[in-house]
Amino acid sequence: MDFSLSMEHEILRKSVRDFAENEIKPVARELDEKEEFSYDTMKAMADLGLFGMFVSEEYGGQGMDYVSYIIATEEIARVDGSHAATVAAGNSLGIGPLYYYGNEEQKKKYLPKACRGETLWAFGLTEPNAGSDAGNSQTTAVLDGNEWVINGSKIFITNGSSDITAGVIPLTRTGIRKDGKRELTSIIVEAGSPGFEARTMHGKLMWRASNTAELYFEDCRVPKENLLGPVGDGFHQMLGTLDGGRLSIAAMGLGGAQGAFDLSLKYSRERVQFGKPISTFQVNAFKLADMATEIECARLLLYKACWLRDNEQPFAKLAAMAKLYCSEVMSKCVDQSVQLHGGYGLMKEYDVERFYRDQKLLEIGEGTSEVQRIVISRYIGAV
Amino acid sequence: MNILVCLKQVPDTETQIKIAPDGMSIATENIKWIINPYDEYAVEEALRIKEKFGGEVTIIGVGPKRVTESIRTALAMGADKGILVDDPAITGSDSLGIARILSAVIKDLDYDIILCGKQGVDDDYGIVGSILAELLGIPQISVVIKVEVSEDASTVKAHREVEGGTLVIESALPALITAQKGLNEPRYASLPGIMKAKKKPLDAKTIADLGLDASQVGENGAKIKIKQITPPEERKAGKIVEGETPQEMAANLTRLLHEEAKVI
Repeated sequence: MDFSLSMEHEILRKSVRDFAENEIKPVARELDEKEEFSYDTMKAMADLGLFGMFVSEEYGGQGMDYVSYIIATEEIARVDGSHAATVAAGNSLGIGPLYYYGNEEQKKKYLPKACRGETLWAFGLTEPNAGSDAGNSQTTAVLDGNEWVINGSKIFITNGSSDITAGVIPLTRTGIRKDGKRELTSIIVEAGSPGFEARTMHGKLMWRASNTAELYFEDCRVPKENLLGPVGDGFHQMLGTLDGGRLSIAAMGLGGAQGAFDLSLKYSRERVQFGKPISTFQVNAFKLADMATEIECARLLLYKACWLRDNEQPFAKLAAMAKLYCSEVMSKCVDQSVQLHGGYGLMKEYDVERFYRDQKLLEIGEGTSEVQRIVISRYIGAV
Repeated sequence: MNILVCLKQVPDTETQIKIAPDGMSIATENIKWIINPYDEYAVEEALRIKEKFGGEVTIIGVGPKRVTESIRTALAMGADKGILVDDPAITGSDSLGIARILSAVIKDLDYDIILCGKQGVDDDYGIVGSILAELLGIPQISVVIKVEVSEDASTVKAHREVEGGTLVIESALPALITAQKGLNEPRYASLPGIMKAKKKPLDAKTIADLGLDASQVGENGAKIKIKQITPPEERKAGKIVEGETPQEMAANLTRLLHEEAKVI
C-alpha cells in the first residue's frame, strides 16, 4: 500500500491553500454577510486554473487527475464554503456533463470558455416537487420541427443565474419508455434562449456568496442539436454526474471540517481561562483529538474513492460513503468548533459561525444523507 | 536574457521549530518545507524580467532530494529549468561552502543576471549572494526593492531603501541582485503551471560533477562552526498599569519604567 500523494499534489495543495488564505479568506465574511457572488474572486479562481481541472488539455482543461480536483476543492472549502461551492458545482455539475456526455461540436463550443472560468454552466435536476425523487421530473421537452420546446421549472440550481452563466442543462421528460418508465433527457439551454428565465434565490442560510437560481422554462425553444447525448440517456447521465459530484461535496465536508478544526486548535491554544489555555483542559483536548481522528478517516475514505475513480475501478459505493461520512464529520467538527469558541463562536466576526451554517447543506445537497444511506444499503445488499 | 535564481528550501515559517538533541541543529522531522520567502521574490522578479525581455529562467538549488519540490514549485510558477546539487558531502556547509557550490554550477552557464533572496529565513546569515558575486567576479547589489533592466539589457538599476530615503544603484550586466521584501508580490503556482512543470528539465548534480572536492564543502570546507542553538527566551507576562485616572496611570507607568524596567 502506498498512501503518499505525488509531488504535484503537494505543490497543488500548497498553492491553492496560499491562494485561499490570501485571496478568499479576507473577503469571505463580508460576501457572506452581503449575500454577494464575487466576480473578482471568481476571476482569481479561474486564473489559478480551478475550472476544468479534470478536463483534457485539448478542450482547454488542465488534464489533472480527480484527486487533484478534490484536493483543490478541499483547500478552498477549508477557508470558505461558498467559493468551494462555485468551484465544485462549476466543475462537477457544469463542466462535467458537457465533457462526459457532450458531442465533439458541443465540447469544442462550450468547454474552452468554461475551463478558463469565463463562463459557468449549471445542471438542472431538482424541481419544486422533485427533490430526492429526482426521477419524477415534471419539466417536459417536446420536439417541434427542428426545435425542442421545454416547459417547467427547476430550483436550487448552483451557478444558474450569475452574470457569466452561459447556460443550463435541465433534465427533462421527453416521453415514456417502452418499459413504461419515464424517458429522461438532458438538453443544453443557452442563457438568453427564448422562454428561459433564471432568477437568483435569496435568503439562504448557507453558501450565501454562491449563486443559486430558480429556472423557468415557458415554451422555451432551443435547437434540436442541443440534445446532450442520446434521447433517454438523462437518468443515466444524472447518476454518473452525481457519482462524481458526491466526491466534490465530500471534499467540501472534509475541507470544511479541516478549516473548523484549524480555527479551533488555534483559538483554544490562545484562549486562556482559569490561567491556562483552554486546549490544555482534557475535556477540550479530547474534542480536538476526536476531530483530528475523524478528519483523518474522512480523508482516507475520500482519497480512496478518488483513487478508484482515477484507476477506472467502480467507485460509486465509496463516493456515497465519502459524501455521507465527510459531511457528517464536518457536522460534528463545526458543532465542537462553535462549542470551543464559546460565546464568540456565535458571532459573525468569527469564521466558525459561517462554517456552522455552511455545513448543513452538505447533508442535503446532491443527495441527502438519507439517500446516501439508501444507495449504500443497496450496494451492500441489505435491501 | 538568461536569468538565474538561487533558491533555498527552508522550514515553513509557521512550523514550530524544535532543537535537535545535539543542541547544534534543529529537528527536521515533521517540518514542512517551503521556498525561502526572499527567494520567492527573486523567482517572481526573474519571471517578470523574462516576460519583458524574453529568455530563460533557471532555478538552482542546493540540498537533499526534498528540495526538488521547491524547485518544481518555481517551475510551476513559470521558470524553465532547474538544477539541484544533491550530495551527502554538502551536509554541514556554511555560507562559503554553498556559494562555492553555486559558483561551480554557474561558471559553466550563460547568464545576464543572477537573483537571490537577501537571506535565508532559517540561518539568517545573509551572505551567500555576496560571496557568490565575489567568487564569480561580478558586481552585486543587495537588499533590493526595485529592479529596472535597461531597454538594451546591458545595465540594471536597483533600488535599496536606506534610512530616510532610497538609494538607486546602477551596474553593468551581468550582475547579482539580492531581493528584499517589497520587491514584488510573488504569483501562485497555477494548476496549468503545475502540469507544465512536470515536463520541464531538472538536472541533478553531485559535487564531483562540478569539479569540486569534498574538502571545499560541508564541515571540512566551513570557516565557521555552530557551537550551540538555544530557543528564544520565553516572553514574560505583561503588566497592567493601575490607576483611577489617566494622570494616575501615567504617573504609575513612569514610575515602573524608571524603577522596574530601568529604561528612563
